[in-house]
Amino acid sequence: MAINWFKYSAPTTFYGLAGKLIPFFAWPAAVLFVVGLYIGFFVAPTDAVQSEAYRIMFIHVPASILSMFIYLIMAGYAALGLIFKTRLSAMMAQALAPTGALFAFISLWTGALWGKPMWGAWWVWDARLTSELILLFLYLGFIALQASIDDPRRADRAGALLAIVGSVNVPIIYFSVKWWNTLHQGSTIKFTGTSMHIAMQHAMLAVLAACWLYAIAVSLARVRSIILEREANTQWVNALEEVRQ
Amino acid sequence: MNKLSLFGLLGLVVRRDLLLAMRRRADVLTTLIFFVMVVSLFPLGVGPEPEMLRKMSSGVLWVAALLASMLSLPRMFSADYLDGTLEQMMLAPQSLTMLVLGKIAAHWMLSGLPLVLIAPVLGLQFDMSPQALWMLVLVLLLGTPVLSMIGAIGAALTLGLRGGGVLVSLLVLPLCIPVLIFGTGAVEAVNSGMSVVSNLSFLGAFLLFALVFSPFVAAQALRISME
Repeated sequence: MAINWFKYSAPTTFYGLAGKLIPFFAWPAAVLFVVGLYIGFFVAPTDAVQSEAYRIMFIHVPASILSMFIYLIMAGYAALGLIFKTRLSAMMAQALAPTGALFAFISLWTGALWGKPMWGAWWVWDARLTSELILLFLYLGFIALQASIDDPRRADRAGALLAIVGSVNVPIIYFSVKWWNTLHQGSTIKFTGTSMHIAMQHAMLAVLAACWLYAIAVSLARVRSIILEREANTQWVNALEEVRQ
Repeated sequence: MNKLSLFGLLGLVVRRDLLLAMRRRADVLTTLIFFVMVVSLFPLGVGPEPEMLRKMSSGVLWVAALLASMLSLPRMFSADYLDGTLEQMMLAPQSLTMLVLGKIAAHWMLSGLPLVLIAPVLGLQFDMSPQALWMLVLVLLLGTPVLSMIGAIGAALTLGLRGGGVLVSLLVLPLCIPVLIFGTGAVEAVNSGMSVVSNLSFLGAFLLFALVFSPFVAAQALRISME
């Protein structure tokens, strides 16, 4: 029997699937947040150099990682939508953008909270902080462009082109800013063994997984709303139980 | 109608846009006056100490050039869009990419080149050394075309939108940051006696990269906006 791989690329079928999938991502996200933060704040030992203030890293690092990954995933969906003209991909790109912007903002916010005790300043013009700020600008540009175009088809395609141009630029911006100035501490998680305590690693990985699951759950929820909004005039939407009530 | 050669088309578009701009000189002048004004505001804001002004001169001139080029971006396609010329241009059996490149070139000659020419005068107000002034002219020559090229993508995407002027800056400014970094970096390097080769190479690379890809991307953006 041949499997129809494209069955769920139609908004009609994906709407139901997304609804069924959300709890499978949302509940593990909530549990892992609690577990990860509990280990991070109560079990993990105090850092020798940074004392208690380092604990904000358990939120800061996953948020930074996700803010960057979500941009790439968003650009990937945007490219899919532009190339294959699949409506759902463009909707996914649109649904991911606010979550990415949120993570970029959290990353900057927690970075500032960490910088005050460590560097003695809320904000320093260091390479990573600056490129994270520029990433937030790119998200805001994408959201603003889509918001100001009324025709959804044009909004999808214009946003997709912007996301692709942006993703080509992200490495260029990152390296320019890096050579411009650097005083951020190096990455502690390396591919060849890490210098972290095992409990810190557990906490970090748990929160990272929680953030991933949260991002998936909330994007699915958002894409459901986008589908309903765009397909409001179709028969299948009006036949839905939650719409009829 | 016989088909023009690619460079014939390029020359035609550039000539047409320059001629149109010469009929309405005020548009070109406003960009230039804006640039001069923004640069002149900085000493008033931060104080007249020559030491500090010299230090911030390249950054101030670059940021002002960036803002001035944003100001003129919405005009790149909007007049042709409003009177229907752009639609006719897109229907014509000619390369849209080359046409966009022509419009970018004309836009740079009208908004980028005047800034490059007047920048040394403003640099003198900031007490820059002659070597730094020459370097500033050189990096502006390399960098301002990139601003016009990246800007063309933004201008094409926001064509005919509400609040397009502010939106285009929001989209384009973050993408221009590398040009700003290496442009000011080259002038700083001259001031501190270091080699400028790496900065100039990067600016040259951005210019070539943008020259190859941006007219095509801007043409696609125009197709999206016009359908």
